Amino acid sequence: MSTTVIPHDLEPHPLTGMYNGKFGIWLFLASEIMLFGALFSTYVLLRVGAPPGQWPAHGSEILNVPLATLNTAVLISSSVTMVMSWAALKMKKFGSAQVWLTITFLCAGAFLVVKYFEYTDKFHHYQVWLNDPMPVGGHEVTTIKGHLTADSPKLECSEKTGAFNIPEYVIITPDGDHGSSGHGEAVRVEGSKIKRISNFGPRHSPYLATYFTMTGLHGLHIVGGMVVILYFMLVGGAIWKRSPEKYTNRIECTGLYWHFVDLVWIFLFPVLYLL
Amino acid sequence: MSGHHDHSHGHHDHGHDLPFWRKYIFSVDHKMIGCQYTVTALLFLFFGFTLMMIMRWQLAYPGQAIPFIGQYLSKDIAADGVLVGDGYNAFGAMHGTIMVFLAIVPLAVGGFGNYVLPLQVGAPDMAFPKLNMMSYWVYFCGGVTMLTSFFIKGGAAASGWTSYPPLSVFASSGQTVWLLGMVLLITSSLLGSVNFIVTTVQMRAKGLSFFRLPFFVWAQLVTSFLLLLAFPPLEAAGVLQLMDRLAGTSFFMPSGLVFSSEPQTHMSGGGSPLLWQHLFWFLAHPEVYVLILPAMGIVSEVIATNTRKPLWGYKSLVYSVIFLGFMSFIVWAHHMFMTGMGTTLSTFFQATTMVISVPSVIVLTCLILSLYGASIRYNTPMLFALAFLPMFAIGGLTGLPLGLTASDIHLHDTYYVIGHFHYVVAPGTIFAMFAGIYYWFPKVTGRKMSEFLGKLHFWPSFVFINVVFMPMFFQGMAGLLRRQYDQTEQLHGSIAHGLTKMSSYGAWLLALAQLPFIINFFYSMFKGRKVDANPWESTTLEWAAPSPPPHGNFDKTPVVYCGPYEYSVPGKSKDYCPQHVAMEA
Amino acid sequence: MSHHEMSVEDVKKHVRTYIAVFVALLVFTGITVGVSMLGQNQGWTVTTAVLIALFVASIKGSLVACYFMHLISEKSMLFGILALCAFFFLVLLLIPVITVSDNVGVH
Repeated sequence: MSTTVIPHDLEPHPLTGMYNGKFGIWLFLASEIMLFGALFSTYVLLRVGAPPGQWPAHGSEILNVPLATLNTAVLISSSVTMVMSWAALKMKKFGSAQVWLTITFLCAGAFLVVKYFEYTDKFHHYQVWLNDPMPVGGHEVTTIKGHLTADSPKLECSEKTGAFNIPEYVIITPDGDHGSSGHGEAVRVEGSKIKRISNFGPRHSPYLATYFTMTGLHGLHIVGGMVVILYFMLVGGAIWKRSPEKYTNRIECTGLYWHFVDLVWIFLFPVLYLL
Repeated sequence: MSGHHDHSHGHHDHGHDLPFWRKYIFSVDHKMIGCQYTVTALLFLFFGFTLMMIMRWQLAYPGQAIPFIGQYLSKDIAADGVLVGDGYNAFGAMHGTIMVFLAIVPLAVGGFGNYVLPLQVGAPDMAFPKLNMMSYWVYFCGGVTMLTSFFIKGGAAASGWTSYPPLSVFASSGQTVWLLGMVLLITSSLLGSVNFIVTTVQMRAKGLSFFRLPFFVWAQLVTSFLLLLAFPPLEAAGVLQLMDRLAGTSFFMPSGLVFSSEPQTHMSGGGSPLLWQHLFWFLAHPEVYVLILPAMGIVSEVIATNTRKPLWGYKSLVYSVIFLGFMSFIVWAHHMFMTGMGTTLSTFFQATTMVISVPSVIVLTCLILSLYGASIRYNTPMLFALAFLPMFAIGGLTGLPLGLTASDIHLHDTYYVIGHFHYVVAPGTIFAMFAGIYYWFPKVTGRKMSEFLGKLHFWPSFVFINVVFMPMFFQGMAGLLRRQYDQTEQLHGSIAHGLTKMSSYGAWLLALAQLPFIINFFYSMFKGRKVDANPWESTTLEWAAPSPPPHGNFDKTPVVYCGPYEYSVPGKSKDYCPQHVAMEA
Repeated sequence: MSHHEMSVEDVKKHVRTYIAVFVALLVFTGITVGVSMLGQNQGWTVTTAVLIALFVASIKGSLVACYFMHLISEKSMLFGILALCAFFFLVLLLIPVITVSDNVGVH
């Protein structure tokens, strides 16, 4: 351990009103704003520049709004429990602070579980683009969205591009009118008629690429926050014993980061799901 | 975290008790980290220069085997000793990347910033010493990642240091390694910039108000803000390009793309190659100021000390550098005039580009006027600092035609651009870095570098660096395109190719001219003349600490009584009043 | 006001604010989803939908920043830095778009 005393490690500086760590975390958050700023810029540029029909008119056509609403509530709750943990430390109640911290951690975990179900759902949902229109359910269509049946041959990925090779044929159950699944009759589409086939993963369209990149990066921030919270759940007691003030400050800084992650989601939710 | 109240006694002797690996390898002392940055960056500087020297052989003697080292290069790079096209492209891309991200920025910010800034603000260390150590090691890992890309299948990244898609998305896996390396380097810079800003704002010594800060600290502060706010968009762009390469997305891939006569129907399309350029240059233009601002800071310190005069227009310098930093965020698309992004944007960015040249000229003018009426000490650091002024002026002024859309049509993507940029960074920034090394060497080691070897280093370097870059302006105006593997294909043996040979010889001689520096560096480290704590009789706080400064820097916490450049104050017995010495009335 | 020397009473007052903000955030989440559904049924233009969604999100974001992150009681220097950041954020968000809007009709 170095023995150099760093000024304003605990004492707020009169100019900024913050101790070093808090000022540092705010600066870091400023850089994070620019990081997500670039991604929002990507979203705006690609969407404004897209030809009509390439982007869904409304995120709910593809994404699951009720689940995302639930997740928003979960994340907001985790934010309030985080700040409660800090408030408890300010009142010198270490025990209840650790309980609030644990609830925060569990909320974050719940958020990721919900996200996992949202993601896997997309990877099992397919779209087939056709070379020529064909009749499905009484309409001439150029593309079919739906789920592949169990009899449909397994899709193989191209080694060169990573995309699915065009299979010999697929059997697909088309979606209902409003994205509800599995109402129509399964259709068999020959490989010769298929222009492109993809699941609703990142490579499906610029919209889903943006969705997966933005929520994925946000998810990584959640994981990062969980690691830090877990660390304080485990060794918080030792730090608190050594210096209650230092521990309170660290939880405050963790909280600032955590609220920022919440804040990003508050913007991601309407932008990706509701527009 | 360091800084326990119960251990606050004991000070610097603890620095000597640490085991070797804590003192020299995983050190949390800003001075050791500064030295680590400097040495690593100098090695990368040398490596990047070597790549270029090999490329210059191919340009001067296309198709001929490279003497001495050609036989040792792998088949992918040089077949029978002749540099192949892919090897040339990889070397070009890696030269740019290494010089900018692994050599100059770490040297200017990581090296000089880390070592000098805490001393100049009178702090015992950086605000977050462990984070500081982490920045260095993340940078180191980024550097190693970049270097490993030379050894993987398909070779290193070869799409230029700008990595424009769609080319870079179709490139071999070296590009993926490049992107991962960049993500590490960006992370390192972000951690570093947070540390610099907090240290400067929160840890200034008592009495050291913002307008008493040495200009170097101001330059570093503005630089840190540029790194903090401009680097994240490139990190985002890097993530997007990784997604394009690894997850098959189409962020940068337009609809209907055909590659190697194959329609790319497996892609969704709908992306925008221009998006990458916007995000890339949103960083990369401020990056140019990241390269030049610390250099201006170093030059100002050296000039003030060796003219024995206060800097002319200190406040103008400070306001200019702040304005420069601000404007550098809104000029980026002048790199994109030729992309067809539309006349509205071109006109806007042309206007902002002309505006940003004003503060640059103010800085240069202040520095030149500082020389007026001085009895100058022509020592080695001062020679490099003086050479910086006209070299940076040439580099800056030749940038104006590139910032005007009309003349850019002719000059874009020619050797003129290379000449312009290198005049700013090579005889500009790198000369300032040399000035800084000669100037602060006595602080770091307690010994002065040899003046004789220093001058033997300066004069040939000054001549040959102009031999390298001056011809490029003429070649560019003659229409010679950059990034060409074999220039004779375009030039048909015209006079411009003679200039290429001249450039190449200049580069090799420039390498020879660095030998005195390398000898001087190691010789002086062990055998140089021992000097006291303030050999240049300078005023700023770093000279108040012992040489080399112990762990914790100052024997007693300094208090500041006056501005940074109180030289030749009338009525004083000495011609300098250090900042930490109370001025008697 | 500095959090450095906060009394237990102060903290309790804070806690009441946090709970009020929490409830407000949940209500606004409901509003933004509801309005979005309504807009879809009524066939509002994209511009209207974007403006409303961003307006609600901004209110929610401000609540989080001001109260959970205590921005409301910070000193002016931090505001300066964040304002700078916000300015560059907007530059980055809006200027590249001109690239495509200038080329309308290319598609």
